[in-house]
Amino acid sequence: MRSITLSQAVNEAIAEEMRLDSSVFLIGEDVAEAGTPFKITSGLVEEFGTERVIDTPISEPGFMGLAVGAAMTGSRPIVDIMFGDFLFLIMDQLCNQAAKAHYMSGGKLNVPLVVRTNLGATRRSAAQHSQSLHALVSHIPGLKVAMPSSAYEAKGLLKTAIRDDNPVVIFEDKLMYQDKADVPEDEYLIPFGEAAVLQEGNQVTLIGTSSMRQVCEEAALILADEKISVEIIDPRTLVPLDEKTILNSAKKTGRVVVVDEGHQNFGVTAEIASRISEKAFYHLDAPVIRMGAMDVPVPFSPVLEDLTVPTAEKVASNARKIIAGELVHEL
Amino acid sequence: MAKKINTNSESYLKMYSQMVKIRSFEDQANQLYLDAKMPGLTHMYSGEEAVAVGICEALTVKDKITSTHRGHGHCVAKGAELKQMFCELLGKEEGYCRGKGGSMHIADQSNGNLGANAIVGGSMGIATGSALRAKLNGDSDVTVCFFGDGATAQGLLYEVMNMAALWNLPVIYACENNGYSEYTATDEIAAGDILDRARAFGIEAHKVDGQDVLAVNKLATDLVARARKGEGPFFIELITYRYHGHHVGDINRTYYRSKEEEEDWKKNKDPIKILGDWLVSEKIASDDELQIIRDNIAAEAHVAVQYALEASYPNSNEVDMHVYMETT
Ligand SMILES: Cc1ncc(C[n+]2csc(CCOP(=O)(O)OP(=O)(O)O)c2C)c(N)n1
Ligand SMILES: [Mg+2]
Repeated sequence: MRSITLSQAVNEAIAEEMRLDSSVFLIGEDVAEAGTPFKITSGLVEEFGTERVIDTPISEPGFMGLAVGAAMTGSRPIVDIMFGDFLFLIMDQLCNQAAKAHYMSGGKLNVPLVVRTNLGATRRSAAQHSQSLHALVSHIPGLKVAMPSSAYEAKGLLKTAIRDDNPVVIFEDKLMYQDKADVPEDEYLIPFGEAAVLQEGNQVTLIGTSSMRQVCEEAALILADEKISVEIIDPRTLVPLDEKTILNSAKKTGRVVVVDEGHQNFGVTAEIASRISEKAFYHLDAPVIRMGAMDVPVPFSPVLEDLTVPTAEKVASNARKIIAGELVHEL
Repeated sequence: MAKKINTNSESYLKMYSQMVKIRSFEDQANQLYLDAKMPGLTHMYSGEEAVAVGICEALTVKDKITSTHRGHGHCVAKGAELKQMFCELLGKEEGYCRGKGGSMHIADQSNGNLGANAIVGGSMGIATGSALRAKLNGDSDVTVCFFGDGATAQGLLYEVMNMAALWNLPVIYACENNGYSEYTATDEIAAGDILDRARAFGIEAHKVDGQDVLAVNKLATDLVARARKGEGPFFIELITYRYHGHHVGDINRTYYRSKEEEEDWKKNKDPIKILGDWLVSEKIASDDELQIIRDNIAAEAHVAVQYALEASYPNSNEVDMHVYMETT
């Protein structure tokens, strides 16, 4: 099978869906000729023209609002939010308008749009260009949230998102744009609400979202050297969440570490851990461990920034501790 | 004319030095990037020096500014030291933000710089709020809000200009129109005349050549004085140009901007050269004297960079410090 970068996978997904459905258009800052600062959408304007690949002024709340209105009346916009941090600018249009229109209208209106954005620290971009804000939108009923962890997931999930009749926010990991993975040439979709079991094992389950999937895989390699059998799960979508796969694994291994790059307080790790505790409690041999990003704004200085995100060593160490029956006091 | 020149020659030379200081800082910063010694990316101010210097030389230490992602120039112009600036750029403990901010948040707060902002348009509310405080407290300071042409697309600007005009706030909106926002020409993303947008709120708006530091300074001095008397707000559009790419990594950029255009600005509209030629023609300084100024500042910048490269990183226990202020 051929191997392509996450960036190419996203580009292909958009191009394929735009070819299939003339109501799909792409809108955002420097998405046309410049192909975004990450060079993800390069070539699309040449194929689809400036009517369907639309460069906007720096008006995030404005073009997000336009997308909601267009979606409500028959288009399927893909909105490019250059950095996940800029989600804060579009919150009203996304959360008060897009997320609620279907419900408030008693099912008569719907808003089929995709917000494509990103997450991830350690690019030395400081506190306003490094946040992982997926927990915020996951909190809002009416929004779906996808978290691709490789080029393969990025393509399959984005195509599903574009076809979904609801507003979907999809977070790509900025650090992964140039990472390659096997991606089929033939068309495929990845359904929402289906987690991937990346590795089977029976002593501990590591659940890693997006950027943290790789961290969990590295941790599993460390633990494999110590003959510890690890199961790895990538939820792939947070809303809807594949509770069944997660609970089955928790029941099998009895020990779970949940790893996510959003802040730990009130975050995704808390949600997943509490569902496991509620629904698989009597199968557990240890408390479910949460590992999120440190609860601080992302600092610029590399020596500080590196301390804020979970690492494979720390994940492995926590897994080791719960297997040994030691409580994890310090994360 | 001659009399005026004599009394002001010191301030003209100060403006020259400040512009050279910004250019030297940026040259060194660019080199740090090329040598892979700088974490992350940075946006260069080279070419736009007359804007920051012309305006900040019309301000006192008590006056406030808000800055942008392209903020090194504002920081220097408002009085910052190169050593602490380079330390910030490299994430060192002695940086103005203790290494927590980096290039996009660099600011010398003690000189009234309320911060560089990585959210385009993010400081418009802050600047206007600072002016509201001045009015409420009867303080005499003025706040200048720097932002780019691209930032005029943010709706926040129109909300705060409306309030500033309603309440006569001492704020000056300084739009640095360098012709581009990222990789897009301004006329593709800005409808109508930018000045008309301010005028729609009854705000007095001026356009000025942002490469002519004396013109900028003259206008700013006048508007600052009037804003202090309660005649604000004001809006200035400064026509300028950035010499580098949008950020240091934006090297191949002929698809949105021609080499000829860049060369034309550098050769014919360089703010340092324009002031230098004028200083010589007015006999305020000789070519040799200007050369000495440039050499001294370049040497100072070099020393500052070396210092910052050797300086220590913050201690790891600083990572969760400053999330909240200790309330005493
Ligand atoms: C809210 C927001 N949207 C987008 C960006 C990405 N971005 C950074 S600088 C920039 C262009 C800004 O143009 P302008 O205001 O003209 O300032 P210049 O860079 O030309 O100095 C963009 C789009 C951002 N930082 N913040
Ligand atoms: Mg600009």
